[in-house]
Amino acid sequence: MSNEELKIFITEIVPDAVFEENKQFLLVTVNAEHILDLAGKLKNNAQTNFDYLFCLTGVDWLTYLSVVYHLKSITHNHSIVLKAKISDRVNPEIESVCSIWRTAEFHEREIYDLLGIRFNHHPDLRRLLLDDDWKGYPLRKDYADEANIVELE
Amino acid sequence: MEETATSIESKEYFVNMGPQHPSTHGVLRLMLTLDGEIIKKVEPHIGYIHRSIEKMCEKDSYQQIVHLTDRMDYLSCHMNNEAVCLTVEDALGLEVPEIVKVIRTIISELTRLSSHQLWWGVMGMDLGAITTFLYGFRDREMIIDIFEETCGARLTMNYNVPGGLMFDIHPNFQKRTKDFITHFKKKLPEYDELLTGNVIFVERTKGIGYLSKEDAISFGVTGPSGRASGFSCDVRKHNPYSAYAKVDFKEILLTEGDTFARYKARILEMWESMHIIEQLIDNIPEGEYFTKTKAVIKLPVGEFYQKVETARGELGVYIVSDGKKNPYRVKFRSPGFSNLSVLDHISRGCKIADLVAIMSTLDLVIPDIDR
Amino acid sequence: MTKEIHLPPDFPGTVERSPDGNFIVTSLDGVLNWARSNSLWPLTFGTSCCAIEMMAAGASRHDWSRFGFEVARATPRQADLIVIAGTIVNKMAPVLKRLYDQLGDPKYVVAMGACAISGGPFFYNSYSVVKGADHIIPVDIYIPGCPPRPEALLYGLMQLQQNIKDGKRATDRTQHTPDIINYH
Repeated sequence: MSNEELKIFITEIVPDAVFEENKQFLLVTVNAEHILDLAGKLKNNAQTNFDYLFCLTGVDWLTYLSVVYHLKSITHNHSIVLKAKISDRVNPEIESVCSIWRTAEFHEREIYDLLGIRFNHHPDLRRLLLDDDWKGYPLRKDYADEANIVELE
Repeated sequence: MEETATSIESKEYFVNMGPQHPSTHGVLRLMLTLDGEIIKKVEPHIGYIHRSIEKMCEKDSYQQIVHLTDRMDYLSCHMNNEAVCLTVEDALGLEVPEIVKVIRTIISELTRLSSHQLWWGVMGMDLGAITTFLYGFRDREMIIDIFEETCGARLTMNYNVPGGLMFDIHPNFQKRTKDFITHFKKKLPEYDELLTGNVIFVERTKGIGYLSKEDAISFGVTGPSGRASGFSCDVRKHNPYSAYAKVDFKEILLTEGDTFARYKARILEMWESMHIIEQLIDNIPEGEYFTKTKAVIKLPVGEFYQKVETARGELGVYIVSDGKKNPYRVKFRSPGFSNLSVLDHISRGCKIADLVAIMSTLDLVIPDIDR
Repeated sequence: MTKEIHLPPDFPGTVERSPDGNFIVTSLDGVLNWARSNSLWPLTFGTSCCAIEMMAAGASRHDWSRFGFEVARATPRQADLIVIAGTIVNKMAPVLKRLYDQLGDPKYVVAMGACAISGGPFFYNSYSVVKGADHIIPVDIYIPGCPPRPEALLYGLMQLQQNIKDGKRATDRTQHTPDIINYH
């Protein structure tokens, strides 16, 4: 499907999705509560069939957090980037997509570990890379560690 | 009086394959739930080499983050550097000269050969054949000599900079590479036969650790491990970069999906790598080895993604930039992270010795997983 | 007749000749140190990139078993020497301390590579790297490089052998309290 057809398909599912295009991908920004529904339909629909999640990232944008899903379809050879916007910085939560793509199990644990976003219905959400009793979420922009991290002006 | 099997009770117990272990290829801790010798569950614990590279990149300039990527998957360090350089060059709209693309491709394929040689040596050693370790390193040392002469270092080469290469190639580079390829073509069939013709090796690897194609796509297993299950994921074919668009090579796809298929996929990949080098080594174009960039690189506002094919699979570099001289967020989608997540799924029901064979064919490098 | 006795050039002792045979005069400590230095067995402990150069030092071209490091044992109970090849992070530090405690005396530690000496390239801006393995265990020899060449590792190990023959050791082991670890 071309980018235009994908935009039409997604607008039917999530009417208030925001679209952007750069040289490589079509970027779709939605609010966090729609993500499971949208992701499920993008995978299961035979025309889109996004079955390969190749990158799952979390980004801290100071006023809000976002989770970025890079998807690709092996059969149709098109790609898309979904961004889920989470406005609550104190208790960020989002639905887990582990039931759709199993690679999300490890990736979501890493995002929970480093950014503090909770993934609901994740089979095993706990810290992955840091010690179990580590305080704080290092990849957040407001993580302060005077001993180790040098603040540039 | 007979003792029936039902009168013997067994319980599950836990064994820790701790962070310091000769077969885990680094600091990986596995908690095994066992019933006798049969594995019921494998739980990997990682983070023992988490060096916070992504956070460090937010305080470094774009030329400096190239040096940190060497230390992630140190066996394919040239390809890691290339990934970051390609992302930056693509974001700036910079076109590098032909000679840079050809040299980057040749050195990438030599790095792939040296990584697969080390993998082959260590795989034999894990299964008990120490001979393969010594032979594997002998040929790897020859490739490293070529790197040392041209790039300046043996392991963490840092030959790529955004905009091109760091120095021009050494005058001996072409001859030494051609001599190595001629030598290695005679040796690789011997090495293949050493393991493939060994009945113990074949019994220990055929039928073990089956990974289906749907699972490979769902778990995101790329590289030779994924291609041995039929998942066509070679970035060099689907999204060609550098000089891969103009060389002719096959993508190795097998369907069996077991440990032996993953082993065979890497051996066949070594043949293809040599084929690629042969096509390029005689026709290195003339030109400057770099394009001038500003001393302080600032990427435009936006996000950029680039994939390369390392020896382990697909490495993705995702840079989010806000226009300043340091990146806002850098994420490395490492192949080992997804390859490790499938370990539990494919090793249930195997014995511990089979787990060692499975891990060595998944070809994990733990700093790549932990970053 | 007196038999000729051929001793290795660095053997710490002399031959006394007497009418009906020779006997060797030496000090017990001297000969024990000489024996120890010529058969140090390292523990297979490599965390990151330096481990590859350590494997290369043990492989065919720069063979370290010529110097006596014949067998690399996987368990600390049977090893004499830890070569810390790679970065030590906060999560790995208690494991390193436990391995060091499990080594039997006399034990020696070599810090290989910039990361083990001082944190290396990860010194600035990293929240999880221990800035030098000597915050955790006492180190005898430091080998700089990122990664050091196998020849540099062999030179460092030969220095260690010389240190052992001279009777030098790192700080008194029993008094060393590590700065960071709080493991029980």
